[in-house]
Parts: sequence; C-alpha cells; structure tokens
Amino acid sequence: MLPRKDAVIIGLGWTGAILAQQLTDAGLNVVAIERGPYRDTSTDFNVAYMQDELRYAVRKDLFLQPNVEAMTMRNNASQTAMPMRDYGSFLPGHGVGGAGVHWNGHTWRFWDSDFSIKTHLTQRYGAAKLKGLMLQDWGVTWNEIEHSFDAFEYLCGISGKAGNVQGQMQAGGNPFESSRSRQYPNPPMKMSYAPTLFAQTMAGMGYHPFPTPSANLSQAYVNPLGIRMGQCTFCGFCERFACGNYSKASPQTTILPVLMKKPNFEARTECEVLKINLTPDGKHARSVTYLDANGVEFEQPGDIVAICAYGLMNVRLMMLSKIGTQYDPATGTGTVGRNYCYQTSSAARMFFEGKHFNPFIGAGTLGQSMDDFNGDAFDHSKLDFVGGAGLNCVVSNGRPIGNRPTVPGSPRWGAKWKQATVDGYNNSMGFSAQGSSYPVRENYLDLDPTYSDRHGRPLLRVTFDFPDNDIAMSHYISDQLERLTKPFNAKHAAVSRIQKGWNAVPYQSTHNTGGAVMGADPKTSAVNKYLQSWDVPNVFVVGASAFAHNAGLNPTGTVGALAYWAAQAITTQYVKNPGALVHA
Amino acid sequence: MRKLLFAAALAALSTPALAAPTDAGKYQVALGDCEGCHGKNLAGGVVLTTPFGKMVTPNITPDKETGIGNYTAEDFRQAMKNGIAPGNKLLYPAMPYPSYARMSDADVAALWAYMRTVKPVKKSINVNQLKFPFNLRFMMRGWNMLFFAPAPYANNPAKSAAWNRGAYLVSGAGHCGACHTPKNAFGADKATALTGAALQGWFAPDLTSDQGAGLGSWSAADIVEYLQTGRNNRSTATGPMAEAVENSTSKMNDADLKAIAVYLKDLPASRGNGGGATGIEAQMKSGAVLYDISCAACHDRNGKGSLIFPALAGNPNVRQVRAETIVRMVLAGGKGAATPKAPTGPGMPSFAWRLNDSQVADILTYVRNNWGNRAPAVSPETVGRIRSALRSGS
Repeated sequence: MLPRKDAVIIGLGWTGAILAQQLTDAGLNVVAIERGPYRDTSTDFNVAYMQDELRYAVRKDLFLQPNVEAMTMRNNASQTAMPMRDYGSFLPGHGVGGAGVHWNGHTWRFWDSDFSIKTHLTQRYGAAKLKGLMLQDWGVTWNEIEHSFDAFEYLCGISGKAGNVQGQMQAGGNPFESSRSRQYPNPPMKMSYAPTLFAQTMAGMGYHPFPTPSANLSQAYVNPLGIRMGQCTFCGFCERFACGNYSKASPQTTILPVLMKKPNFEARTECEVLKINLTPDGKHARSVTYLDANGVEFEQPGDIVAICAYGLMNVRLMMLSKIGTQYDPATGTGTVGRNYCYQTSSAARMFFEGKHFNPFIGAGTLGQSMDDFNGDAFDHSKLDFVGGAGLNCVVSNGRPIGNRPTVPGSPRWGAKWKQATVDGYNNSMGFSAQGSSYPVRENYLDLDPTYSDRHGRPLLRVTFDFPDNDIAMSHYISDQLERLTKPFNAKHAAVSRIQKGWNAVPYQSTHNTGGAVMGADPKTSAVNKYLQSWDVPNVFVVGASAFAHNAGLNPTGTVGALAYWAAQAITTQYVKNPGALVHA
Repeated sequence: MRKLLFAAALAALSTPALAAPTDAGKYQVALGDCEGCHGKNLAGGVVLTTPFGKMVTPNITPDKETGIGNYTAEDFRQAMKNGIAPGNKLLYPAMPYPSYARMSDADVAALWAYMRTVKPVKKSINVNQLKFPFNLRFMMRGWNMLFFAPAPYANNPAKSAAWNRGAYLVSGAGHCGACHTPKNAFGADKATALTGAALQGWFAPDLTSDQGAGLGSWSAADIVEYLQTGRNNRSTATGPMAEAVENSTSKMNDADLKAIAVYLKDLPASRGNGGGATGIEAQMKSGAVLYDISCAACHDRNGKGSLIFPALAGNPNVRQVRAETIVRMVLAGGKGAATPKAPTGPGMPSFAWRLNDSQVADILTYVRNNWGNRAPAVSPETVGRIRSALRSGS
C-alpha cells in the first residue's frame, strides 16, 4: 500500500496528460500510471531513423501489441468471438503519449448538432427517422464545451482556417462548423498539388472546401504553457510514426516538458493497472492495483481515480473493476459497453497521365476537406438514413512500401505490377469519406467468456457490424464520390463501397468510440456530463469511450476537449465538494 | 583590520538581503551552482571526470556523520575561500575555491546560514578516486603555492557598479572560468581568462568579445536572455551549460544577469579561433548536400534555426577553435536547457548510426564555414577519436 494521492490517473496519453496538467495546476498531488514505456522526442523519436517504414509502419513498433492486451471480435451475438492475433482494423497506442504520438493530427470539433443529436434530428425529421438507432444527446451543450475545444487547439497550435467565428462566417473556412470563439492559433499549412486540385474542383462544383485543421504545424509556435514547437517539414512519416521534429502536437511536444518538472506530479511507467478497488458498498474507489515492470504488485490509494486509457481499455477496466452495470443487448439494460461505434469509410482514387502529385511531400493532415455531405449538413428528409461523411483529400505520405496505388485490374505481382506502381505513384490522387457511425442495440462491448490476458483477466469482446443506417449512408456517399470524381477527367477512377460484415484484419480506422458514454440519464449513460461515473462518483472516465455516437470527423479534437471539460469539473466543482456532480 | 576594510568595501558588492535570512543564502546556492556538482539535495555523489582521474563530489548537507554537520561557520569559510577543510584537509580545486575566494565574507556567511537549514542526508561518499599520485592530498599544498593566491574581489573604480558586480559574479561565485578558462598542465587557470577550454568531452566557448569565436556579435540582451532562459536566437545551452543554466543562471535576478552581460561585453577580444579553413572545397561540397538531407529540416537551410531549434549561423558552439561540443552533439545528441521561461528543453537526436566520421566532418566543416561562420575544418580523425571516447564512456 503506497502513500495516498489526491488523484490517480490511469494512462498518460492525451487525456491523462491534460488531466494531470490541469489537476496539478490546481494544486492536487497526482500520479499517472502508464502501462507502456516513457518516450521522448529526441531519444525515442530520433529523426535520424524515424523514417524506418518497415519498423514503424509495417511492424508497428510504437503500437500496442496483442501479447500485452488483445481483444476478441465478432459481427453479431450468434457468433463465437475469436481473439485477434495482430491488431489490424485499428491500432491502439502504447506508452507515454499514447495514440497522441502516432496520430495524423486531424483535429476536428464535433458539431453542436452532435452533442444534441437526438433532439436535433427529432426536431428536423421526426422521431420515426431514428427508429432502430440508439442516438442520444450527450448531456453537454456546445456553449458549455466550446472553450474546452479552444483550449485544446491552442495547446496543440492547430493550423487551420476558421469558418465561423462567433457566428460570423469566414470565407475559406468550413461553413458547417459550429460557432467558435476565435480563429485557429496558426494559419493553414501550405498545400501541395492534390489538395489544391481537389479544392479547386470542389469549389467549382459549388461545394465548400477548406484546409483540414491540422496538428502538423504550419509555423513554429509557442503554446500557452510556454512550450515551443517546430514547423512541419512535410516529411511524410506521420501516422504510425512519432514526430522527430517537434512539429506534430502530442503530449510530448505540448505538455510533458512542463508537467514532468512539477513537484506534485509523478509518472510511473511500465506499470499496468489491473483493477480499481472499490469500497464494499461498491460506491467509492479506494485505490488502484498495478504491477510494475518487475511484476511486483502495488496498491495506490487515491481520492480521485481518472481512467484515461484508450477508449476501449477504459471500458474494459470499468468492467473488470465492476464500476457500473454491464450493458445487455437482450434487455437493453445496463450502461457499460453500450453505444459502441466505429467509423464507416469509403474512398475514391483517380489515375491520370503526365501528372506530378509528388505524394512524398506529405504530412498527416496536409489536405483539404469539405463537410457538405457530413453530419446533418444536408437534407436527409428524402433519404433513408441519417448521418454523413467528411470528405478529405489528405496527402499523408508517399512511402515506398505502403503507398503503391495501381489502376484497378493491374497485375498483383511481377514486372507488370512494378510498372503499374511506377505509373500510379505520381499520377494518382485520392480523397476519402470518413463516415459517421451511429449506435444500435446489437453493437456493444463486454468481457469475453473464454479468452483472457497474461494476467488471467478476461479480454474485451467487441460485437460489431455496420448498421443498416450506416451502410445506406455510406453507399449514398460512395454515389457522391463517383459523381465528384467526374470533373477531374481522370483516366481511371475507382470508388470503394462498404459491405456488411466488418472485417477486423485490414486497417480501417482507430476511431473506436462509446462503451462508457456520457449523458443526462443514468439508465442510458455510464458517466454524467462531466465524465463522472454515475455509480462511483470519485471515478472519472475520460476519452472517446464517452462519445454517445461517432461523427464523420476524427475524434481527437473532441477527446481533448472532453479532457479539459472533465478537468475543469474536477478542479472547480468536485474538489470543493466531492460527490456526484449531477443528481439524476 | 585589513580584512575588515575589505569587508566594508565589499559590502556594496554583496547580494542585498532578501526577505528571509536564508533566502539570501539560497540565492548564493544558485549563484554558485552548488547543485551542479553536489546534486539537487546537495548530498553529493556526482562523478567528475578530470585529467587526473575521477572525483566524486562530497555530501554537503548538515548530516553530522557523512555531511558537513560538524562544520563551524569558520570551517565553512575556510573551505570555501581557502580550500582547507577541517583537520587541515586540502581540497582539490575541482571544488572551485580559487573562484570562491573572491566572494565576500558576507555572501559566504549568508550561504552558510542557508546550508544549516538544508535537510540532512545520510550518504557516505568516497570522494577521492584520483589516480596516483594525484590522490595524495598533501600535494595540493604545492599546487596552492604555485597557482592559488587567495584574494577577495577588488573593486575597479574605473568601471561601473554593474561591471564590478558582473566581474564579481563571473570570477567569484559563478566560477565561469572553471570551465571557460584554459588550464595548464596542472589544471590551473592560464592567464587567458574565459577564452574557451575543452573539458569532460565538451568545449566551453570563448566568452570574450572576439567577433569570430566569442560573444562579440551578441548584445547584452542576448546574453541575458541566454542565461535566463537557456536559449536565444543564436544558441541553446546544452550539456554542462544546460545544467549551469537550469541550476544557476536561470535563478539569477535581472540585475545580476545584466551585470554579467555588461562585464562579458567588456572583456577584451581573445586571439580568436584562427579564422576559417582553406582547401576545404571538397568537404564544403559534400557537407552542403549532407546538411540539407540531415540537418536543414530543423536548423533551416540557411542555418537560422527557429523558435525551438538553435541557429547555427553565429552560434558560438559552432565557431570554437576546437569542435568537441558540436561533434559530440551530432554523434551523441543532447538536451537543451529547460527553464521556467523556456520549458521545452528541445533535444538533438544522435546521428551516430546514420553518419560516418567523414560525413560528420564534412557537415561540421560546412557549418563552421557558412553563413558568416569561420572556423577551422573538422577532420574525420577528430570525429573518430570523439566517437571512440563516447563509445568507451569516457
């Protein structure tokens, strides 16, 4: 039993680092317990070898490995879930910085209509439109949380062009975003050819392209903590890699230099939390049990426990610790594991002749986007679905192993394949549709009855398939992609189409959401609007686990905002009067 | 009597009394960078590598058995200013008593008052691990006779109060010369004070107003910013200087930093680094290509650096007569100073794996002779020697 701390934070990625920073600023004594190793830029993300595609992109050196924690997967409850042997469809982070180390840096805000999605869609289309979907309001409103988005964007130095500043529409920005209090801290990145062509073509069709909001910095920056960042060099080794140039926002580049020096903060790395220990009545968390790097077990007591791991791990840790009630799809009761969502994606790729797209000039968020087909930006009244997709023309990389686009129908090997990759490399560009994922009764998370981890704890079981609503949405978007490729006059254009039967093997997206969703009703949400457990009020569960649905927008901006939002609730309300912040 | 007069004359130079009596002494800890050698808790144990062997810094907390808990104020003053510990034990000048000898008795007394309040730590240290015959302490008697003339700082009436305060800090508590002044074969200061010196695998730069290797092109404000934050638009403190900034200069008040700048700006120019290299066309050509590939992304194609990365154009570390620091930075990397005003502490990664000796030599010769820099070429042999030393950990 170790000396008590004011707050024990589980996981030192984006959310853990933000909470630690805010809580220590408020004078609390904080320890962060992190399963993976300590990693810092110049020592672990060395620019002299960071561009090792085989090591980092193919062998996934920075990611969570299944021997540390695996999951089981199935498409529906009639199947037996099987453990994955390699992470494929999504790639959780590992170590200090978490997924904030290896992300691309797309930094979106969910919309006001997301936070009140059920109210909004019901008002516009009537309740019948949402039949079969478990869409629900998030319990927090846009006006409450806007400043938390602002805090995260200024922490990161996001480079972009606002579309709506305090209700005033801004030319060149995203007209569909919700009103923001001020501009982005940095101007947009300089664009390369493909996004420029995309934006010109879309604008010519009457749509509203704008620079993708980017955590790859357009210029050197000093953030509000006094931490300095460099300018992105368009190296093209961003997602799956860590940034060696201090130019991609991560906990390492924006928070840790200040946080790690604080006398009231301690990080314990290579320490794996096994469970959160509750008092016998199950209503208060006493402590956290963890194993250190040598396998020695410790018990760390704390007044506040903040679960800040990857969203799926947050949910599993709640289940293992018996915080809240397991969701049961048969009865619809219970909240932990409920409203698991993913992302519903498709893409267009076009092949030209005589072009020089130079994809090696790349960055995780070097691109142009448009939201004309996202969320409820377009009228769904004559459509058989709700939701939509953000369209993104992002040139993240031209890496030699993974980036080998070929015209469909080309040979898959041999000299002709090689020639096709030569032709395709500089002559092709694409854009993708990142579609929303809405909750249904059958998609959920629970503990696997058969398979367990190296400590004997049951694995998380993911039961998921693309709901009919989302398939209909995605096919509509694919139709749009086909139409949108026409004016490019490409020699070949190929558009992908999603199918029923989610496959966990090929990489799709690491945007897993839900399972411990926030809301106003303890019957349908695991945490209240402040990310506080309804059942164990000294536990806060922070991350994409709190998303009540997933939008057609990358989640990290909203994850960062929720972290600031929860931290504010803890420092301004909870510490003054510990207990439930919302009474149901 | 004579001593009293000195004390009176020095009163004006001494650090003004701060809020609490021990605050003045704590400030002396910062001025003297005691933590740099004796550790954050002053319990010692830091290994110092000298040409004469290894020394491990002693425990100077008030622990009676393993620290200096049995010292009297006079014992402490004798150790600080004369290099003599109780029992007539002669200190080695790794403890910079030749510099501290210039401190005022008032400042030493303030320091002592603070040292009494430090938390005692029980920790025995085997200090003297020097090679024979240097491990024989009595030999220091001869060294002191030859090289040590204890004298308090003497005010120079021809100079301003700020200049005198700067000189007092630089030559006294700050002991800048311990690193920046060249040493003779016996480890004693040469007369060419603060003209730059190699030690412990680094090269402490020339601090004189020489335009090439020194601080001639720096403004006083540049110096203040560097000492206070660990960086400016010319350079970033790294290695031992990063420690000196973090433990010492970043904690100095504005007036003292300005005084140091006034004094350094007035130092007569050294003989410089011997100017640029000739016959280096091949190295320059190769270095330009390698620089663009491996260095320009951070340091800029024109060597200007950025808000976070140090400039190389005009960076004193690049322009020294010898290249220990920059070779080391390329091979082993390093971490910049992190201070409250500039908390980032950006790191330079190691390029040892990626660049061979010739490539490092070419890049550094290019950097040392570009964008207004002029300094001797770096040979592959020099790089190889430093690479071997880094590998063997010496």
